[in-house]
This record gives sequence, C-alpha cells and structure tokens, in this order.
Amino acid sequence: MALAGRAALRWGARLPSPCPAAAPLCRPAWLPAACRRPYSSRGEEKLDMSTYPVESIRNFSIIAHVDHGKSTLADRLLEITGTISKTDRNKQVLDKLQVERERGITVKAQSASLFYNHEGVNYLLNLIDTPGHVDFSYEVSRSLSACQGVILVVDANEGIQAQTVANFYLAFEAQLSIIPVINKIDLKNADPERVEKQIEKLFDIPTDECIRISAKQGTNVEKVLQKVIEKIPPPQCNTADPLKALVFDSTFDHYRGVIANIALFGGEIAKGQKIVSAHTKKRYEVNEVGILTPDEQPTHKLYAGQVGYLIAGMKEVTEAQIGDTLFLYKQPVEPLPGFKSAKPMVFAGMYPIDQTEYNNLKSALERLTLNDSSVTVHRDSSLALGAGWRLGFLGLLHMEVFNQRLEQEYNMSVILTAPTVPYKAVLSSAKLIKEYGKDQITIINPAQFPDKLSVSEYLEPTVLGTIVTPHEYIGKIITLCQDRRAVQKDMLYIDENRVMLKYLFPLNEIVVDFYDALKSLSSGYASFDYEDAGYQSADLIKMDILLNGNPVEELATIIHNDKAYAAGKLLCERLKETIPRQLFEIAIQAAIGKKIIARETLKPYRKNVVAKCYGGDITRRMKLLRRQAEGKRLMRKIGNVEVPRDAFIRVLKRETDK
Amino acid sequence: APCPQWPYCRKRCSYCNFNTYVVPAVDEAAVRACLVREAQTLLRLSQVHSVTSVFFGGGTPSLGSPSTIAAVLEAVAGAAHLPAGAEVTLEANPSSTSAALLVGFRAAGVNRLSIGVQVRGALPAAAPAASRDPIVTVLLPQSLDDAELRMLGREHTAAEARKAVEAARGLFPGRTSIDLLFGLPGQSRDAWAQRLEATLRLCDDHISLYQLTLEPGTALAAQVRGGTLPAPPQDVLADMYQTARNVLVATGFRHYEVSNFARKGALGTHNLSYWRADEYIGVGPGAHGRFVLRGEGGCSREARVQILEPVSWMREVQSQGHGTRSRAVLSPLEQLEELLTLGLRTDEGITHERWGHFSPQLSLQAVFGEQGEARALQQEGWLVLDSGGLRCTWAGLAVLDSLLPDLLWQLQRV
Repeated sequence: MALAGRAALRWGARLPSPCPAAAPLCRPAWLPAACRRPYSSRGEEKLDMSTYPVESIRNFSIIAHVDHGKSTLADRLLEITGTISKTDRNKQVLDKLQVERERGITVKAQSASLFYNHEGVNYLLNLIDTPGHVDFSYEVSRSLSACQGVILVVDANEGIQAQTVANFYLAFEAQLSIIPVINKIDLKNADPERVEKQIEKLFDIPTDECIRISAKQGTNVEKVLQKVIEKIPPPQCNTADPLKALVFDSTFDHYRGVIANIALFGGEIAKGQKIVSAHTKKRYEVNEVGILTPDEQPTHKLYAGQVGYLIAGMKEVTEAQIGDTLFLYKQPVEPLPGFKSAKPMVFAGMYPIDQTEYNNLKSALERLTLNDSSVTVHRDSSLALGAGWRLGFLGLLHMEVFNQRLEQEYNMSVILTAPTVPYKAVLSSAKLIKEYGKDQITIINPAQFPDKLSVSEYLEPTVLGTIVTPHEYIGKIITLCQDRRAVQKDMLYIDENRVMLKYLFPLNEIVVDFYDALKSLSSGYASFDYEDAGYQSADLIKMDILLNGNPVEELATIIHNDKAYAAGKLLCERLKETIPRQLFEIAIQAAIGKKIIARETLKPYRKNVVAKCYGGDITRRMKLLRRQAEGKRLMRKIGNVEVPRDAFIRVLKRETDK
Repeated sequence: APCPQWPYCRKRCSYCNFNTYVVPAVDEAAVRACLVREAQTLLRLSQVHSVTSVFFGGGTPSLGSPSTIAAVLEAVAGAAHLPAGAEVTLEANPSSTSAALLVGFRAAGVNRLSIGVQVRGALPAAAPAASRDPIVTVLLPQSLDDAELRMLGREHTAAEARKAVEAARGLFPGRTSIDLLFGLPGQSRDAWAQRLEATLRLCDDHISLYQLTLEPGTALAAQVRGGTLPAPPQDVLADMYQTARNVLVATGFRHYEVSNFARKGALGTHNLSYWRADEYIGVGPGAHGRFVLRGEGGCSREARVQILEPVSWMREVQSQGHGTRSRAVLSPLEQLEELLTLGLRTDEGITHERWGHFSPQLSLQAVFGEQGEARALQQEGWLVLDSGGLRCTWAGLAVLDSLLPDLLWQLQRV
C-alpha cells in the first residue's frame, strides 16, 4: 500500500481504460528503438558469454521506497554501460507494462545485463529491478535470491520510509551486501546529512558509506557502479559443477511459450541440452538461452554465476515454477531452497458486466494469469451477478493493477465485488471435519462461513505494519490504529522529528481504506508498509443482510463482532438509497444469526403515475416502459423484493470509495 | 379529426419544454395555409368519414387568430363530416384571451375552452366512433397566486386568470376546463388545500389536475436542481394528489382519468379518444398521430410524427402537402402495449370490447387472468379484471407506473 499516493485505490469500480487496445504481450513494441542494442535482434551473431568468468560477475538489485528513484537510477546505469543509448527519452526503461509507465510504479521485476569496464577488467553486471510496493514484496525477495548485493536507494528529502525499512530487512536477512545511496540531492530541500544519520541509526551503516547521487542528473552514478564492483562479491559457484539453475521469474510469450528467467548456481547451459525440472520432474530440450539487455539477446551458452533467460518448450507458466531448480537430464543435483509461493491476501469476486461476455472474460483471465501466476482463480457464481470467479490477489494494488491490465491489454470491463481476506476456522464438528477432510479450513467467500456451533475457533490473518511519520501526527495515528484493533509493538525515533511505529493489525482492518485514512490525517507525510504476521484468534461473525426477512447472499460479510453494528447500519442506509421504492414497504435489516442489529425502512410508493399522457409523444414513453418491462428479466428477486442487479455493486462500491 | 398545433408562444414558461417557438412576428397567413393544407392531406390519407372532435393545442393557440381556427375547421369539414355538435377545444392562456377574442373563437366554431398552464401533446384526434359530443379545452390559470405565477414564468396575473375563467365560463358554460397545478416548489399541504378550495369556487365542470413535472432543460428544473427552489418531498406530493382526488370526488366530480375530473358529464371527448386508443390525426409542427392510411390502401395503424421545426415543417407542407417527419407501422404487440398504457389511466379501464378490437384472438382473460404478474397485482388490490374489463383500483391508479412494467412484461411473454 505504500504507494497508493500515485495510484488511487479503487476497486469494485470499472477502471477507466485510457488505451483499450490490447498491448502486445511478447514484444514491447512501444519500446523506443534506442533502447535496443544494435546487435541485439535475434538471429544475428550470438554473444559468447564465456569471456565473463564468475569473478567478473556481479548480481544485484535496486531496492527503495516507491518514488525514491529506483527506476531512474536503473535508466542511468543502463546508459552509462552503453546498454541503451543516452537520450532524454529513457524513462523507466525496465518498466515494460503500460500500467507501470502510466502509474510510475514497477509491478514486475525486470532484469538487464550490463557490460562495464573497470580498471581494465570487463565486468558483467546483472541488474534486477524490483517492484516498490508491499503487494509485490514476494517479487523482491525472489529477485534477491538471485543476487549477492543490493543498492538501497533513499530519497534525500523524504528520508527513510516504511518501504525502505521493509526492503532493508529483506536484503539484510538474505545476508546481501548493501550499498546505501542517497538520491535526489539536487532537490532544493534535500538533506542528505539527516538521511545518513537515519541510516546509521536504523540500519547501523556508517554515514561515510552512503553515496550521495542525483540519478536524474547523473551525478555520482558512476561511483555507484564502482561500489557495486568493489563491495558486492561475485557469486560463489563453479562452471565445472553440474548445471544448477534457479528459476526466479517467468513470463509468457504467445509465440514462444514460457520464457523463464534463470540464475546459474553451477555448470553451464546451451541450446540442445536436455534438462529436468526438480519440481515437476518433467524433461525439456533447451531451445534458446540468452541474456536480457533488457530485450532478449540470445547467447551460445550461459555459465555459472550468470543471469539470463531460457526457452525450453514449456507450454504453461506453471511448468516454470518460480523457485524451481533445473538440472541436466541424468545429472540430478540438490535443489535450491526455492521460495514460499506467493500467498493471496485479498479475495474478491469478479464477474462480467454482461453474462454474454463470460467466455471472453474467461479467456482473457486465462491469458493474463499466464503472466501473473500470483493470482489465484476459482470459479464462483452468484445469483445476482451470474457466473464468475473468486480471485486471490497479493494485495489491493495488485488487484487494481490486474484489473487495469485486463482493461488495457484485453479490453475487458468487469465487476469486482468488495474484497475479503482469507479467514480460517478450526472445526469442531465431526461431520464438517469429515466433509472437508481436515479440521481447519480457509474461508475466502463469506457464503462458506461455518456456523459457530461447529467451530472451536475462528482465525483472522494479521500483518505487522510499519509506519514512518513526522512526530506531530503520532497522536492521530495511534488513535487510528487503535480504531483498527491494532496492537502497538514498537515505537522508535529515527531522528529528532521522525518516528517509526510498528503495529500488529488484523489484515481486514487495513485492506479497504487504512492507507487513505493514514495519508489524509498526516497530510500525506506518513508512509506504510506491512508484512504477513500469521493468524490470530478472532471473535468473527457472519453478518447477513435481509430484505423483508430474506437474506441477500451476496452481501453477507464476515466481520469482527465489535464492528458489526456500525457496519450493519452503514450497509442498511446505503441499500435504502439504492433499492428503488416498490409497491410495498421493505425492511432492510442487518442480522447476526437471528438477531437484528440494524434496520432501515424503505417506504412504498404512494404515488407513481405520469401526470400527463395525451396524444403527444407516447412513443418515448412506451420505449421507457418497454425497457422497464425488459428490465424485469434482469431483476434479482429476493422474496418479493425486486433489486436491480447493479444495486449491490453500487452499495459495495460506495463502501470502498469512502 | 385534425389536431392542429400552434407552436408559438409570447414567452417561454419556466416549466415548459414543449415544442414552442418564441418569435415576435408570425406570418400567420402562411402558417394558416399550411395547417389547412396538412389537415386536408392527412384527412384524405386516413379516409375518415366523420370527425368526432378537434383540439387546438400546441404553443398558445389562442395567440393565433379566430380566422385561423375557422380556416382549419372549414378544411376539416370539407374533407370529412364534422357533426354540428363535435367537440372543438381551444387551449388558451389567460393573458392572451380577452373576452372579445373569445367571442371571436366561439364564432369560428370553438365550443370548448381549456385554460391553464401547460399545453401539451399533439391534440387532434379523429375518433370515428363518437360516443358523445367533443369539448374544447381552454387552458386556464395554473395558479391563482401571483407569486406562484411569477415563479412559473407565466406572464399573466392571478386577477387576469380569474377574469379569463369568468369570461370563458360566460361564453362556454359547462364547457370550460381549467388546469390546476400542484407540487410547486415550496408549496405546503395547507397552501394546496386552500388553492384547491379557491379553484372550486371558480371552476366550471372540468378540471385537469397536474403535478408539476420538472422537465429537464427548463429554467424551473435548473433552479430546483441548483437548490434555489425547494421541491416538495414525495410524501407531500402523494398527499396533495390524494387530497385533491378526495375533495374533487366529494364535490361531485368523476375521476375519469389519472389527471382529469368532470362533473355533469363534461368529460373531454377528445382526450378520452386517446386513452381509448382511437385513431387520431396530428396536424402542425411536432404533432403526433395514430391512424390507418386507408387512402393508400393501408390496413395497419401507423404512428406518425410531423416535423418539429416550424420553418422546415412549412416548407415541407408547401411542397408535399404534409410535413410528416416519420411514419412507422405499429405491430399488434405495440398497439396492445399502447392500449394497456393509455387505457388503464381511465376509470373505465380497458373494456373487453376494446381489447377484442385490437386482439381478436387472445382475450384479456387469456392474457391477464391466469397465473402471473397481473394476477398477483389483483390479489394485492391494485387491479381489477371482471366483466367490465381490466382497470385500476382507486389505489392502483395512483401507482399505475409501477404496475405497467409488470403488465407489459407479462404481455410480451404471451
């Protein structure tokens, strides 16, 4: 959530589609020609990578809080090393997706191999650009596993932010060399000295190790490259060993199938070799290997320590399991530890706006998930919304970006329901345990919430949130956190006027609008980041919404007992505004079990008849009436209450628009 | 019977989005010639033998001169039989209806006056099966309160209105209708009750009762939307309507249509023929018609709209004999939908006979008597289907627009 400043969080909303044309998935056609090396087009002379032995290789990432200049620094590094030619147009060259460029965020990690001569030695520097948003921290940790060091970029004006802290610890725990860089020293309010002190205090890095740069102007960027060579160790591996390649990312190309990004921890790999996936045990023949510059640039071989790509006839992205180890056929190796697979934190129903679009949406979803395997997809259906899916996302921004890509790359408009987090229930009923085949279940759809009688305990997901803020906002922020049922874990002054707070939050309390609330009460100065912190016991209940006593399945919500009254009241009020008056009174109620906790009454029509109807233009009136008559077909009937299909969405949307 | 439209007004009222043109000088002779010519052409096309009623509406027809009315009536009588007692209604605006002018109109053949606010709808109708003599409708004052009149943008005063009604009643006794508007911004229940009482003291035997509709694009709608004028809440509007219905019925009026009340049998024949889905011919810019083109050998009811913009309409009439903008044959289903929508507005509803005229195969009973929406609406007390036909109950009439989608939906599935 740490970057929603630039990306207004909206869901349940149809995102506007500034460019409905499907963007090419395989070749970023918009990439300026200047971005490609003259010899990089396929089919021409292949590079010989054997001239880069392990000692001359450095694999590193750039990590930073959003907006601190990560992608701009990457642009400069690509220019200095001649990977791309120097022009004014190089803006976030590695951000290939349309949504990335529009929003100025990086969603997907990208790699580029740089060639750099330092003190007479030719070095191969593999830069892996990482996403700057907490939703995508799994991408960061994955990228880091292919690295031996990182450049930690901090804005000279803003100083350390929540995401800086999170990223630092990811690198620190991975035992990587860290090169602190203070960026944007050209800005008027830059205070690099203060930032150096923060870095010293928080990360225990001596102030004199920080490099002050302006990535925008190119100041001291060369120095960063030199530090990369001096401070980051070469990978520890040997070309003489059997092949051991880590799959750290993958993309899908409609023409060539799966393209796996790999890091070689041993041996070498070349076209024609037979390889095996340690995960699936499937065998493949290598069609092509190469490096990314940042376009694919085929090479004869890749050698231990190098980072590049591989095409080997894999048809589905799931075949290139991220974290998988590849080895030569009949030469098995001990697989690398791999990583936790991405865990969805937020679930939402997705439905076509019109059911006739179902198949088109289905195929768009299939294709898009090929490129974003972190989205989970389950088929789902709702009486009000028809057939659709329940999708799991890494976070709200991820959900929003996914939706935007559906619009931009596949020209699909969808309805997204309110997001929910994955709750758990420890079952006590023998019948249910038998039914599920286990005693603990995860609930991603409120419709599946088991009754309290058959459950010994409900669990809710929690996160450890980090907030960095100027100290004058502490009071308000503490109140906000308490309202969100959060428990304070830490509070630390990182300099005279900046404070870092740590809180344990129930995930559902921050999912919807926490970040917006935080930003607004701190005039935009506080930053926020969070990490998974497991589950905790929670007093959860399922709240039903009733219309004249009949439950509305799609509005059922899982909610904490303490919050039920307020939420129920709000929902009833909004429904009252959304449901059209009918010929009879409608009771709109929120209920927990049999207990009604909120009620609104929608009065019946007492007069609804057009005053004037003579021989004038009855045609227009008939058209309206016919539309209303046809609309009857699309009404969701709950008991005898007719509800327009979009009413629930409007209610949910408003809730999230707050 | 023709229904000439006079599309000119002296001033545009703040609530009106009707097809009116405010032009200082109208070439009345040219307009008259075109109305006459179009009436003749359309009557010839329809081949009606007899015209039941004629209604002069549109902008402010009383701004036209009696000679125009006379010319059109002569043309009608020349093209078809116009019985001596046929209802000839003129819509009138109090400020443009001097007693002398009214005398002129009466001499021209007008025998019913409708005084009031909005002039709406394409008025002419040829109803071949006349049930009774037609009436003329003069538009009488909306409101008898100067402040309200100013708000509505009317250029007459309450005193003028009162005078106009009295003059009209003197000339057209028992055949003067007045319009009554409720739901004005800021109007209270009490204010309405008083207005109603004052109107009853003044009125003749016919009242048209309208809730003020805020038509998009009008000055009044903009003021209400902008918050400078408060619109009465739905509940107050419903109360006002109910009060008026009760009071009028208690004073001997028959509530014969959603918005129309008559006593001593003074029903507006002309308008009744719309609600009964009789044939009608629309003459003049923007007028609508529904008739069979027997003159061209047709046998299907057509919807016809005349050109809206007066200058183009005139040009077309001069070259083609009529200024029809569009014609469309109505399918049997469309005709039934219109019959249902219009017929249920009346207290008699849709008789079996009338329904049978449009639907010889499927009876009302067959369509609405079995399981379905109409049955449910009957059980809930909104509708009645009996030997008299299909009609709304007293309660159902006030919420007819909530009943119609269900009924049309049921009809469409037959």
